[in-house]
Amino acid sequence: MERETGAREGLKGWLHPGKIGKFGIERLAWLLMRLTGLGLLAYFIGHIYETSHILDGKAVWDKSLEMTQTTEGHLFLALVIGMCVFHTGNGIRLLIAQMGYGIGKAERPDYPYKPQSINMKGKACIYATLGMAALAMWYGMAVMFT
Amino acid sequence: MMVLRESIIMKIHYGTAIGALFLTVIHIMMRLTQDFHESLQYENVIANYESVGYALLLELLLILISVHGFNGLRVILLEMNQGPTYEKVVTYGCLAAMAGLITYGSRTIIMTSMGMV
Amino acid sequence: MVTIHPKLSNELSQTVVSSTKSVKLKIKRSNPNVNSDEKFDEFVVPIEKWTTVLDSLLDVKSYLDHSVGIRYSCRQASCGSCGMKINGKLGLACFTKISELDSDTVTVEPMDNYPVVRDLVVNFDRMINNHKKIMPYVIREDSEIDAESGVREFLQSPKNVEKYIQFSNCIKCGLCNSACPTMAMDKSFVGPQALAQAYRYIADDRDKGKNKRLKIIDESHGIWRCHFAGSCSQVCPKGVDPAMGIQLLRGYLLGIRD
Ligand code: HEM
Ligand code: HEM
Ligand code: SF4
Ligand code: FES
Repeated sequence: MERETGAREGLKGWLHPGKIGKFGIERLAWLLMRLTGLGLLAYFIGHIYETSHILDGKAVWDKSLEMTQTTEGHLFLALVIGMCVFHTGNGIRLLIAQMGYGIGKAERPDYPYKPQSINMKGKACIYATLGMAALAMWYGMAVMFT
Repeated sequence: MMVLRESIIMKIHYGTAIGALFLTVIHIMMRLTQDFHESLQYENVIANYESVGYALLLELLLILISVHGFNGLRVILLEMNQGPTYEKVVTYGCLAAMAGLITYGSRTIIMTSMGMV
Repeated sequence: MVTIHPKLSNELSQTVVSSTKSVKLKIKRSNPNVNSDEKFDEFVVPIEKWTTVLDSLLDVKSYLDHSVGIRYSCRQASCGSCGMKINGKLGLACFTKISELDSDTVTVEPMDNYPVVRDLVVNFDRMINNHKKIMPYVIREDSEIDAESGVREFLQSPKNVEKYIQFSNCIKCGLCNSACPTMAMDKSFVGPQALAQAYRYIADDRDKGKNKRLKIIDESHGIWRCHFAGSCSQVCPKGVDPAMGIQLLRGYLLGIRD
């Protein structure tokens, strides 16, 4: 029974880089959405823990701040900024699309059967979001490293 | 097993995302409207927490992001593996973690804003 | 092992009609009912400009190896039997011309996310069950067969048919379910094929089954496990665009559409 209904590709279907070549930038956005969501959740838990040091006085607070005041710490924060911008930008695109906007209108299909929901508007959004994430990381680094 | 209908959960997921969007912008602006390093100084952060409006904003942000983030985790975990017991563990596990994080963060916000440091 | 088609081998060369080109066809072979072995068999087959992957597979079956397991019927992208991975891409064997693949080697494998029955044939039980689950028929209180007036039809206007005709193009080939990332991990997910069909019937104004269907797909492995990766629509050979159907369907549950 398991063999009958349970055949699945497994994690390879999620993570294999070849999937992006085959299914396009939308598939990359799908993967990055999950990874940035999980990354942000991990950061968020750490962030709540770190800010709780405010209760332990100035010495402890300063000590915990030092963690992110190293070069690695700054790079880590830059990554968080990038994840934040990508997840937010792509999240807005998905919100709009999942409400049914910007995905075309149902009509009689004709050869060569180009899907309307996979369109230039969506692709442009994804590229713009990636670009904005890169810009924000760059700006963040410029602020942190000065 | 169903705590809430899935469409209601996902409406909450979208709603918390939109809410958090605005609050996070303000929160990050607090870092950038002054010098970044200065904004993180102990005295400045205490002053932030002690302003009631901003403390409320932090509390709301804490709740919105915790709900959104742990529901997102639940979604991914439900898609990773299936089965009634597993689903129950994931749902209640995420709910418990969400409640735990909100409680822990609220403790910081409430105690600091009331000057208990 | 490479087997060469008789039309291409020397002793029969005088009978060659017009073949000018040949390709190597690599077929993934397995029979899970017997053992878990998997291998590729290679055949050299003649091709013309119009030869499809299915034509070549049938050529192999006729002249080189009768035991290759494939499923097909219509040979014209209508029956939905011949979905497979062709050079790694999902498509219908009968709707993919070898000359358009631009490659000297054509590798065919069974679709992902389905149990293999044998060689290129996969088991569709799960897709068919999910398709049935969303009630793929017009639901109404009254019937087309009426005791007094005999048989009549539920009429549809040309204008309203445009709202769902795209989705009624689905031939149940299962390619979309094979491409979908959620399907790769979630064995309870209802899948893009069934979700697009749920929209097809709800958008049909003769149908009164909207609430029933929405209830069926609004559960923890229903429509919300779609994240609009769009891979289903990339591979659909009939222009159904299941991803569009799913997002439009979501609108009913979000209260945007009624
Ligand atoms: C503030 C702006 C944010 C917006 C607009 C936003 C938007 C979204 C949207 C629309 C989804 C659903 C995507 C889908 O259906 O596939 C989502 C998923 C998710 N979000 Fe957010 N989000 C934001 C912030 C965050 C933060 C700060 C975290 C971490 C704590 C987070 C964690 C997640 C996770 C784990 C998922 C599940 C990922 C998935 O299903 O692929 N989000 N977000
Ligand atoms: C560069 C990034 C960030 C820095 C430097 C930062 C810094 C801080 C600081 C100093 C506080 C203490 C209160 C204050 O002075 O505002 C704080 C609290 C908080 N931050 Fe951030 N933050 C960052 C990003 C984020 C993000 C992306 C989120 C959510 C999506 C977030 C959510 C919160 C919450 C909920 C609190 C209150 C925590 C508590 O008191 O329990 N922060 N942050
Ligand atoms: S929606 Fe397209 S890809 Fe999916 S089963 Fe129907 S015809 Fe095949
Ligand atoms: S043989 Fe019918 S769809 Fe290919």
